[in-house]
Amino acid sequence: MSNIHPYVGRATSRVDGPLKVSGLAQYAAEFGAPDLAYAAAVPSAIAKGRVTSLDVSAARAAPGVIDVLSHENKLAFPEDDEPFKNDMVAVPGSPFRPFRDDQVHYSGQAIALVVADTHENARHAATLVRATYAAETPNVDVASAANHYEPPEPRDGIPPTPEPRGDAAGAFAAAPVQVTADYRVVAEHHNPMELQATTVVWEGDGRLLIHNKTQGVVNPKNYICSVFGLDEDKVRLVSPFVGGAFGMALRPHYDVFLAVMASLKLQRSIRLVLTRGQMFTMGWRPDCLQTVSFGADAGGRLTSIQHHAIQATSRYEDYQEPIVNWSGFLYDCDNVALKYELGKVDTPTPSDMRAPGATTGVFALECAMDELAYAAKVDPVELRLMNYSDRDKNDDKPFSSKELREAYRLGAERFGWSKRSPEPRSMREGRELIGYGMATGCWEAMTMPHKARATLTADGKLEVGCATADIGTGTYTILAQIAADALGLDIAEVTSRVGDTSLPMAPVEGGSWAAASAGSAVKSACETLKDELLKRARGIDGSPLANAGLDHVVFGNGRIALASDPAKAVSFADVLKGAGLDKLEADGGFEPDKDFAQTYAGYTHAACFVEVRVDEDLGVVRLARVVSAVAAGKILNPLTARSQILGGVVMGCGMALHEETLWDKTLGRVMNANLGEYHVPAHADIPDIDVVFVDEEDGSNPLGVKGLGEIGIVGTAAAVANAIFHATGKRVRELPITIDKLL
Amino acid sequence: MMNFSYTRAETVAEAIAAVAGDPAARFIAGGTNLVDLMKYDVMKPERLVDITRLPLREIEATDAGGLRIGALVPNSDLAYDARVQRDYPLLASAILAGASAQLRNAATTGGNLLQRTRCYYFYDVATPCNKREPGSGCAAKTGVNRVNAILGTSEACIATHPSDMCVALAALEATVHVEGPNGPRVLPFAEFHRLPGDAPQHDNTLAHGEMVVAVELPAPRFGRNHTYLKLRDRLSYAFALVSVAAALEMDGEGIAEARIALGGVAHKPWRVPDGEAVLKGKPATPDSFGAAADVILAGAKGYGGNDFKIELARRAIVRALAQAAAGEPQVQSDKTVN
Ligand SMILES: Cc1cc2nc3c(=O)[nH]c(=O)nc-3n(C[C@H](O)[C@H](O)[C@H](O)COP(=O)(O)OP(=O)(O)OC[C@H]3O[C@@H](n4cnc5c(N)ncnc54)[C@H](O)[C@@H]3O)c2cc1C
Ligand code: SF4
Repeated sequence: MSNIHPYVGRATSRVDGPLKVSGLAQYAAEFGAPDLAYAAAVPSAIAKGRVTSLDVSAARAAPGVIDVLSHENKLAFPEDDEPFKNDMVAVPGSPFRPFRDDQVHYSGQAIALVVADTHENARHAATLVRATYAAETPNVDVASAANHYEPPEPRDGIPPTPEPRGDAAGAFAAAPVQVTADYRVVAEHHNPMELQATTVVWEGDGRLLIHNKTQGVVNPKNYICSVFGLDEDKVRLVSPFVGGAFGMALRPHYDVFLAVMASLKLQRSIRLVLTRGQMFTMGWRPDCLQTVSFGADAGGRLTSIQHHAIQATSRYEDYQEPIVNWSGFLYDCDNVALKYELGKVDTPTPSDMRAPGATTGVFALECAMDELAYAAKVDPVELRLMNYSDRDKNDDKPFSSKELREAYRLGAERFGWSKRSPEPRSMREGRELIGYGMATGCWEAMTMPHKARATLTADGKLEVGCATADIGTGTYTILAQIAADALGLDIAEVTSRVGDTSLPMAPVEGGSWAAASAGSAVKSACETLKDELLKRARGIDGSPLANAGLDHVVFGNGRIALASDPAKAVSFADVLKGAGLDKLEADGGFEPDKDFAQTYAGYTHAACFVEVRVDEDLGVVRLARVVSAVAAGKILNPLTARSQILGGVVMGCGMALHEETLWDKTLGRVMNANLGEYHVPAHADIPDIDVVFVDEEDGSNPLGVKGLGEIGIVGTAAAVANAIFHATGKRVRELPITIDKLL
Repeated sequence: MMNFSYTRAETVAEAIAAVAGDPAARFIAGGTNLVDLMKYDVMKPERLVDITRLPLREIEATDAGGLRIGALVPNSDLAYDARVQRDYPLLASAILAGASAQLRNAATTGGNLLQRTRCYYFYDVATPCNKREPGSGCAAKTGVNRVNAILGTSEACIATHPSDMCVALAALEATVHVEGPNGPRVLPFAEFHRLPGDAPQHDNTLAHGEMVVAVELPAPRFGRNHTYLKLRDRLSYAFALVSVAAALEMDGEGIAEARIALGGVAHKPWRVPDGEAVLKGKPATPDSFGAAADVILAGAKGYGGNDFKIELARRAIVRALAQAAAGEPQVQSDKTVN
């Protein structure tokens, strides 16, 4: 690297911050169009069965109503599954299609769409649609699913369940220390602030400009073109801002499907904003039953690990996430048996939700480790160090980097773990029992192919962009940091753009791969741009850089200068002028290093330490402190990085203590489908959170970045549960740990 | 939400006449509950009569040495009123235990009394609910009933009244001043809300068109030994699973008089005078408190998801009485239970 990098690695405020706080950032439901009509989806009242009749006469007669669509008068779309699988995040099965027929697959499914002149008229008329049903008895409880099965077709893009190794059952039977426990992680919904929404701008001539809340504009665009047979050149999808998503906006949802259908049918612009209640009629973190069994020697060295998970999925698709895999490599053990099964329920297909799989599986694994610590009478941190793995035995590979040991050390030190007395109920202050708990977190460090473009204009300003998304993580900012460093520009001279299908290709933003992948692609585009600039600078008559190569020059202050004699320089503006250009564009790209990935296993790690206070008689839990020590490669921006971990930790605290989607088992309906009764932590619930990053060098991509969006949540709930056990001596194995479970 | 007409009343008489004469009309005050219910299509008034301009915003001293609180006094103004803070700290504390600062700014004294249950089924028009749709059934009894009642329930309904403020008002034996088409009435607080019986559609004893104009507090008592203890599913911004307003008059080490009201357990703030009487002349000990709790909770019945409330209520009563006896009321801003 020939340039100093003043921005990358330095705390840099969000470049999009002023737009967001001033309300100028536009979200999908905020784009206008002349002649915009408003749609409202009508939810089904039953969870399973058929719509036997649909009376839309009152709705049609209501003020302002333009049309009412349903399976009876829909715009035709293909019958077969394939066009609907044009979705990067599709899972095995038969994708859901609104209005396909009269079947109801889950409660709240859209059975009609009212289009009216105003949002209010549409919402009102939607309440006037009368449906009758032939209802069947639904089951929404994975524990009572008819049968559990190993998914016949594995989901693309996630690691398969590892084959067993050694003899886990035999080693367990022979182990002097045994721990077996059942855990349950309950259903959760993502509940981002921004509602799922689409504004379709009918541009005439078959052109559609779609604004859709999404974690990757390319995905819904491809899907829409595929299912409605639209010409890709005539559809553009623009979604510059996302008000939180956590995975729920990875797949195209029924809002974009129905809004486009209405737009095509009525040949006009349409906006559809789902209600908060309807946010519970799409992806969710599936309910999961788990059993973990450990065998260990008398000192706590693991000799056997068995982890079995049964996770809910919908009737029509086999949604899968890696729940048990972590148990195969997080600790060193030669006898491992992992089993992952599904059970079908009458709900929408679950979806990825922040650290899908790990959040659920590592909760059970890390609670079981805590149980083992007590069974073997070993300190929980000691136990983890004793069983530390230096190799991913699932795939038999070394780790690309793994500074987890240092994370344990640093986290324990900052937390003051040494002050913990090991016995449960042994620490107290007044009526409050004090508990210290800890757990490990782990998430895959992934990269994905990305393209990017860098454009320098005659005024010396740089624009970089790709079709990824910034779902609030800070992508805009890190791309600007990387580009500013590459060209030696002030960050104020750099604009980054994302969320537009006219930009170079990017996959959805998920899996914490965007920083490494989009960042590397932008860096590559900038490197190409520098090359092109220098080439042209050399060609200028009497150029002081005539014989200089990239190694001999420095980019900075809007100029290319000779490293040996900085007075000899050509300004970017002169380069463009000399070449007769008003802008210079360069494309770049990033491809994951396949050899590297074949040689190494890449993971981020965290060590989470929690102090809880529990009122001895009443079971009131207060979190007192959290320390999260994270090893995740190079930290591009400590400010946005810390925010990502804070958000993950808060979500983990919510998972531990509050979050639960409550289904009525008879009606198959979510009963707390609002933010008043679906509890996420309030400010009062969240204590000081100390985030610390451990130095870690990683070679999997040019930036050395591993990703931070999800690691903060993994392990946090287990650390809270373990702290509650230490405080109270009560082992609560079913989340959330509410007051009734501690009485 | 359906379309409705909106008028703003200038006088109490005008407001009452407008609502009394139209079965589909409703008063609207802060709107923090009613507007939500309209958006969910649970309540479908065709006409809203806005009463927020009426001259009912004063907190005035009464001849009896108490306070008369106008029905439109916002919850936060009431909680932070210097006289209330000094003489009725139990009431201030209960109000501040509820909702959020923003909601308390908008919510009114009258609206708080008339807020409707938080039973999940009541809010979802696709489910059977006798309170919303008499005769349709009660889905909560066999469904998700974590938040529902354990006392005073009926075959027809197991909903609770969700207010915190009302629990304190019950303990303090406030009275409710009502005006209506047939003239004014004054109701003891215990007679304002009702049990569901076979008519759960009625939360209280007001007739259509009757308006709460004020709540009156008797001369101050229990200024030293009181507490409001609220237990809920997160430390702020959640309705009570169980709450206890406790007020004691101490006589040396013993208890001269006790008032105990429970929230989150019944269709109305729950008071059992016999349970309070148990404490008369007794020492302030856990045993005495437990004996009172036994009487107060006699006949409590769970419906599965809310079974835990019986034990939780017992422990909450014991703790609240201990706090009150020690003169160490629960501090609402500090989430440590003392
Ligand atoms: C998210 C959320 C959380 C909350 N948490 C809590 C909590 O923890 N504890 C708590 O106690 N409360 C809580 N509340 C409820 C809040 O206290 C009530 O919504 C509020 O007190 C109602 O007052 P209002 O003036 O807004 O009533 P409105 O919504 O205007 O009216 C409510 C009802 O009262 C009627 N009404 C209003 N004024 C009069 C009058 N003077 N005479 C006759 N009828 C009248 C209306 O017709 C309507 O039927 C919460 C509310 C929300 C939305
Ligand atoms: S408890 Fe009352 S409010 Fe709840 S469903 Fe039953 S009848 Fe309706």
